[in-house]
Parts: sequence; C-alpha cells; structure tokens
Amino acid sequence: MKQIKLVRNILLGIEDLLLHKLRSFLTTLGIVFGVGSVVAMLSVGEGASKEALEAIRKLGSNNIIISSIKSIEDESTSTAHSHMGIYGLTYDDYARVAETFKTIRQTAPVKLIRKEGRLGERALELRIVGTTPVWFELVQRPVVAGRVMITSDDDERAPAAVLTEFGARKLLAAENTIGQSLKIGSDRFEIVGIVKSESGQAGNIQIPDQEVDVYIPINVARSYFGDVTARRTSGTFEREMVELHQMIVQVDSTEDVEPVAAGIESMLKRFHKKEDYRVSVPLALLRQAEATKRTFNIVLGSIAGISLLVGGIGIMNIMLASVTERTREIGIRRAIGAKRKQIISQFLIETVVLSIIGGLIGIGLGVLVPSLITYFAGMPTVITPASIVLPLVISFGVGIVFGLYPAVRAAKVDPIVALRHE
Amino acid sequence: MIREAVSNPSDGIIHLEDARKIYQMGSSSVKALGGVTLSFNRGSFWAIMGPSGSGKSTMMNILGCLDRLSSGRYILEGRDVSTLDDDSLSELRLRHLGFVFQSFNLIPQLTVQRNIELPLYYLGWEASSSAERTGELVERVGLKERLHHRPAELSGGEMQRVAIARALANDPQIIFADEPTGNLDTATGKEILGLLVELNEQGKTIIMVTHESHVATYAKRRLHMLDGLVERVEGED
Repeated sequence: MKQIKLVRNILLGIEDLLLHKLRSFLTTLGIVFGVGSVVAMLSVGEGASKEALEAIRKLGSNNIIISSIKSIEDESTSTAHSHMGIYGLTYDDYARVAETFKTIRQTAPVKLIRKEGRLGERALELRIVGTTPVWFELVQRPVVAGRVMITSDDDERAPAAVLTEFGARKLLAAENTIGQSLKIGSDRFEIVGIVKSESGQAGNIQIPDQEVDVYIPINVARSYFGDVTARRTSGTFEREMVELHQMIVQVDSTEDVEPVAAGIESMLKRFHKKEDYRVSVPLALLRQAEATKRTFNIVLGSIAGISLLVGGIGIMNIMLASVTERTREIGIRRAIGAKRKQIISQFLIETVVLSIIGGLIGIGLGVLVPSLITYFAGMPTVITPASIVLPLVISFGVGIVFGLYPAVRAAKVDPIVALRHE
Repeated sequence: MIREAVSNPSDGIIHLEDARKIYQMGSSSVKALGGVTLSFNRGSFWAIMGPSGSGKSTMMNILGCLDRLSSGRYILEGRDVSTLDDDSLSELRLRHLGFVFQSFNLIPQLTVQRNIELPLYYLGWEASSSAERTGELVERVGLKERLHHRPAELSGGEMQRVAIARALANDPQIIFADEPTGNLDTATGKEILGLLVELNEQGKTIIMVTHESHVATYAKRRLHMLDGLVERVEGED
C-alpha cells in the first residue's frame, strides 16, 4: 500500500516535471555533467592505474630484483684513469644470497653481453642474456615454438639459445628456425626455442627484454665471452668487468619480500665498498602505485564533487523559484487538507526524480566519453560497477540534500496568504 | 436575535464562544474578531456579510480551520478545535470541510479530473475508486464532457462547478464559499448559487461570504459583521 502510494507520488512528480520539459532538462544539466565527470574520471583513472599495476604485477609480487649499477664515483674515476671499471654483483654475491636466506625459494642470475649475431644472411646486434632455467619460471614467458632452457643445457654447457618472438622476427627467423644455428661472434649456437616477447614498459625496473634478446645458459656465456666487455666511447676505449648484471630472487610469500630485501641490502653493503647495486621490490612499487592511484582518485573525486555541488545548487535554485511560482498551488493543496509533510514529500520527490534522471543521463555520458577517449586517444579506460553505482547514490543524495530546503520552504507557506497570492 | 442563535448550542454544528483574533502588525495590533459568540445549526445556509475590514474573511478562515483563534473557543461538531495543531487542522479540513473560492483556485497544470481527485489523493484513495467518485461528481455539477480539460480551457462558471465538485469529493458536512459568484456574470452566478441551494437542500451546511445583498438572499440566514463584531443576524433556519 505504502509502496503503491510512493510509486504514484513519483509518477505524479514526473508528470509535473514533464509539464516544464525545458526547465526540467536545464535544471538537471548540472547533475548530468557532475555525474558524467565522476564516471568518466573514475574510468580514466582506473584505466591508467590498471595498466601500471599490471606491468608491475608481471614482475612478480614475490620477487626481489637486484641490479648492478655503475656508481657515480666509479663513473668519474674510471674515465680519469681510463682503466678497467670493475663493479656490480659477483658470482659470490649470487651464491651467498641463495645460501643465506631460508625463505628464498629460487634465484636466477642475469648476465648481459652485447655482441653481433648472424642468422643466415641477417646480422644484428644482440643482447645476450646469460641465465639459468629458473629465469623462465620467475619471468613468465609462454613458449611460442620449441622449448625454454633446461637444466641440462646449463649443466652440460650446451650452446643452446632461446629467442624472443620479437628477436626472431628481427632476425627474419620463422618457426622452422628451431634447430638452425645462430652465430654469435665466432661461436655457433643452436636455436632451441622461441618465447613470447614482453610488451610494454615495466615501471622503472629494467627487465632484459626490450631488444633482440638471446637467452643462453649462464655457464656458456661465462666461458665463451668472459666477464670483461669492451666499449668504444667518444674516442676512448673503455673496458668494464661486471660478473652479473642482475639477480632475480623469489621468496616464499609476500610477507617475506621486504625483510629479505632489507637483508640482502645489508649483506651486499658488507661485501661491496661502493654502492654499485640496487635492490628493488616490485611489491613496494605496487604499493606505491596503489597509493598514487588513491591520491589520483581523491583529486579527481574532489573535482567531480565540486561539479556535483554546483549541480545541486542549480537544482535548489530552480526548486526555490518553483516554490515561489507555485505558492498558490501549495495554498490550494493545504486548504484542501494536505499536511505539511505531504507538501515536503511532493517537492522532495520532484527534486530527487530530477537529480536521479540527471544522474542516469550523466552515467550514459560518463560511459560514452571514456570509450571515445579509448577510441581516439588509445588510452585505456575501465568502467567498474562502483563507478556507476556511486554516482547514482550521490545524485540521489544531492536530490535529498538540495531538495530539502525548498521543500521545507514550500511547506511553511501559509495557506491563507497563498490563496490570496497572484 | 443574537440571543436566539446562541440559545441552543447542542444543536449547532459550529459554536463560537467569545472568539477573538488579533493580528500583530509590528508594534500595533489589529483586532479582526473582537469576541464573537455564535452558533450555526446543522443543515443551515449562512451568508456572512459586511464591508471590507469587517472581519468576515477572518471569520471564514477561522471557521474553515485555516487559521486559529487568539482566544476564545471554537467547537466544531462537538469538538474543541481551537487548540489543535497544524496537522490535526489539515486532517479536519480533509475529512469534514469543503472550500469554494472567488477565484476558483484550481491547479492550472492539472486536468479537471485531477483537480477533483485532489482531496481523494490526500485521503489515500485508490486510483480506480477515486476515478469512479470523480465521475459521479462531474455528473452532479453537469461537466461530464470536460473531465480531461485543463482549467484554462473552461469558462468561469465551469471552473466554479469544478471547484464545487472538488469541494464535494470528500463528502464534507460543511462547505465554505468565499464570494463564489464574485468573478462570474449574473446569469452564471445564479446557476452557481442554485447549485449551492441544491446542496443545502441535500443536507450540507453552507457558509458563504459575500458583500452583495442579492447573493445573500439565497441564504437562509444572514450574519452582518462590522469591525470584528456581529452587527445583526437575519433569517430563520
């Protein structure tokens, strides 16, 4: 009974609003744009952060990445003496890290060497990644053809090479490349497999896969190419000795990530004179990215909130004008026997209906705009259920808050005065 | 004659006892009703007359439960309503009183049907039964074919008929008519007055405010007011 009455009141409210179509439409515009901007901003923000979070997540939230870096003091001294620069992680570091921490599940070393390679007629500069089979477990790469590195490759120092899809394409290799030989420097490698390329930038962590990568067993890399690389820079000949360029450490659970990272850091500090390494934790980056996203949402939310406030004030203004305009009607209703609260509910329902209709149109607009952004600017946008429900709830709230005052004003109209009102 | 009107309050549907209404206008106060004691019998037809400022409008507002007395008592159907709050007075108007105004006071954006249904809407009637009731009422006032028109499309006489139909919707005991012919030509005015007489014959108590003596002749009793006091009462029930 009560619900039927409410439905009837809402229908009467809609009927009344339809009598002033243009005015009702203009009144809702504020809410339309307010809600539209909330939905659109949430979806753009969500899309932007989702991309960043995804990239970080790919690095593995249980992983710790330790990279060799050329320390600043080293940079200056090495050029002055034009001696050989020795820095970075060592094989000893690798062994120590693996032994010291109980919660470490597995570790993978990475050694990078730049050399020209040749496949058939095609010659390219390659980035040779010397690593162990564990690397393929830590950095998930679907196999496109052949296989990934296996333990026996590393143990037996087999000259096996794994290409990325991107690298294979650059080398003009096809699937039947498997089994062919790739010449690196003066050594021949057998191509055993092709894995999928990693797309996109992974935060600020260097992962060895932006160029033509060739994965070979680390022992092979070590014995074939050694630890010293020579580079010709601006006329001077520069030599560097770096044993390992990167170490990827996987721990048992997320809780272990930070303590182990701190442990590794202090351990490395003891064995290294210079700070020629950096410990980075994808989890920390993830947290940071999430915090950034929250800040982003708060900023966007406040802007959208202000536009909703303006929209609400617009509605209130029109409703106040409407109350004045309809003073006589209010008087008639009161004389007939309408109670104050019935007048309040009449005007409140009209305002709420207005703002909810505005909210619905705004949601439509807010869904359309992000899809246009995605279409024209190629920016990812994500519409979550919350980004639709929330603005709807807000527009209902705006209706109540900004409708209450005009409604109360309407109810305070004195019927005797109102009936004489022209 | 006043004595006679007061003599049998038990019979009265309305009974006023030393009714006073004072309006505060800034620092000065205006005495709109200066102590009226009066009874209106059930089934009577009264015309309240007097020059402007005589208190007849105030009288009407008080009797119609649109306003409250400053002091004194107002007994309506044996119940003291002088101390009721706003909601209770609304309820009283909704269930027991009907109003007809000089300027018709129809809601312009509503159709004839919706205007007549208004009291039933506030009484919480179902849509189907209130439509049925509205059908009876328009037939009674002779406006059957105007049901879906808006007030602006009607003549003055038709609008007043709609207003009367609306006043009858809740089947009130008392109908208040405030200058019901004031905006109508003589012929149409006569028709409307005829309708009121007819309603009175059917048992409704009618209290009409007018300043035209020829209009007042349709009433059984005439109350002449002056300066917020009863000047004289004429006629017999």
